[in-house]
Amino acid sequence: MQWLVKLKRLALLGLVAGMVGCASIPAGVEPSPHDPWEPFNRSVFEFNEGLDAYVLKPVVAGYRFVLPEFIRDGIYNFFSNYSDIYTALQNLLQGKPGDAFSDLMRVVVNTTFGLGGLIDMATPGGLPKHKEDWGQTFGVWGIPSGPYVVLPFFGPSSVRDTFGTAADLESDYLFGYVKDIGLRNSITGLRVVNARNTYYEAGDLLDGAAIDKYSFMRDAYIQRREYQINEGREDEEVLMPPYQNPYE
Amino acid sequence: MTSHNRGHMKSYQTIQKCCAALLSSLFLFAGSAFAQAVDQSTPDGLIKTVVSDVMASVKSDPEIQKGNIPRIVDLVDKKIVPYTDMRRTTEMAMGPIWKKATPEQQAQLVSEFKNLLIRTYSGALSQLRDQTIQYKPLRAAPDDKEVVVKTVVIGRGDPIPLDYRLEKTANGWKVYDMNIMGVWLVEAYRNQFANQISQNGVDGLVKFLQDRNKQLAAAKPAN
Repeated sequence: MQWLVKLKRLALLGLVAGMVGCASIPAGVEPSPHDPWEPFNRSVFEFNEGLDAYVLKPVVAGYRFVLPEFIRDGIYNFFSNYSDIYTALQNLLQGKPGDAFSDLMRVVVNTTFGLGGLIDMATPGGLPKHKEDWGQTFGVWGIPSGPYVVLPFFGPSSVRDTFGTAADLESDYLFGYVKDIGLRNSITGLRVVNARNTYYEAGDLLDGAAIDKYSFMRDAYIQRREYQINEGREDEEVLMPPYQNPYE
Repeated sequence: MTSHNRGHMKSYQTIQKCCAALLSSLFLFAGSAFAQAVDQSTPDGLIKTVVSDVMASVKSDPEIQKGNIPRIVDLVDKKIVPYTDMRRTTEMAMGPIWKKATPEQQAQLVSEFKNLLIRTYSGALSQLRDQTIQYKPLRAAPDDKEVVVKTVVIGRGDPIPLDYRLEKTANGWKVYDMNIMGVWLVEAYRNQFANQISQNGVDGLVKFLQDRNKQLAAAKPAN
């Protein structure tokens, strides 16, 4: 049965890829060395933008209208606490036992004193939140990111981070213990809405700031992932050489 | 009431007005003295002073919290812009093309880019409430001319890394680049500018920024 589910997923992906077709690069845009599949990526980007504008954003707007802020915060904290378990695991895999222990303490503190994760007691208590995923762990292990990829539904990614996302989804099985399918699907839906809600204002900001949103998001994504992967390293200073300024 | 009394009354009012004027000018003086007291001798000292000053202003101003754009722009102009070097920021984002632009184009680009950044971040400023700023220890030699001050904004939601790149000028330290969640502003705009210029030239970029700023100015605040 397992392979049937996988086949279904694959067919869905194929369907999306077929639907989006190929968009062309706007004239005069320099091809980026990180983005050899730009025409394909742009079309998936367009698909995601449409999905966001017509489905996700209106749903999140309703979510914000219906639920008061403290409930939304509680929902956010709940999923954030849940993801801290994975972050702890990833930090361990990245050879950062100190951070892993801190993350685990966060889960313990927030699950008990924070009423099952609804309140974040750990951050004000001096245990800062980290966020790590499989893509970052692969990066820390020295696997290069490969070309930039825009995934349907998931958005900006790279070849490495696509495998990372797949591994994230595979290892994210705790909610699989929820036997009631309706409830499980509701939880998944709520997670998606909660995740989009976190970027509600940031999304509008991006529309105003970017000249070409596609390349702006791409360049920002590539920079951000490098930063996330390197932030825990001792030699991080190397990352920030003083700018040369030959244009004066 | 006798005319004598009325005269008394009047002179009393005059004295009152005089006192009020004197007091308010004193306050104004104190205000400008404080503004000048921003410590620009060390880069982390500068960031700390400016950030806490801006946060205090936002928290004490309900209009800004409601997203009153002109008020936010005013705040940014008074309390942030004096400690930045937008010319350098624009120059770095433009890259080699900067030299090919005329002085007028350069001036226009600096001013339009500055406005674009103010407009896009004014929304974020209005969201400041109970966040705290964590300052990471400064890793720089005493004679460094360029440093990065690293901070983390801790509030509701995930912590946001916010770093500032500063240069030492004759007028003290100035911020010319910012890193938000791992993305340097200058680097993020390099391709944006280069592509627009290769499509429509430097004038095309100026016009694009002008149009975008007008559009953002006309849009109603998000909250």
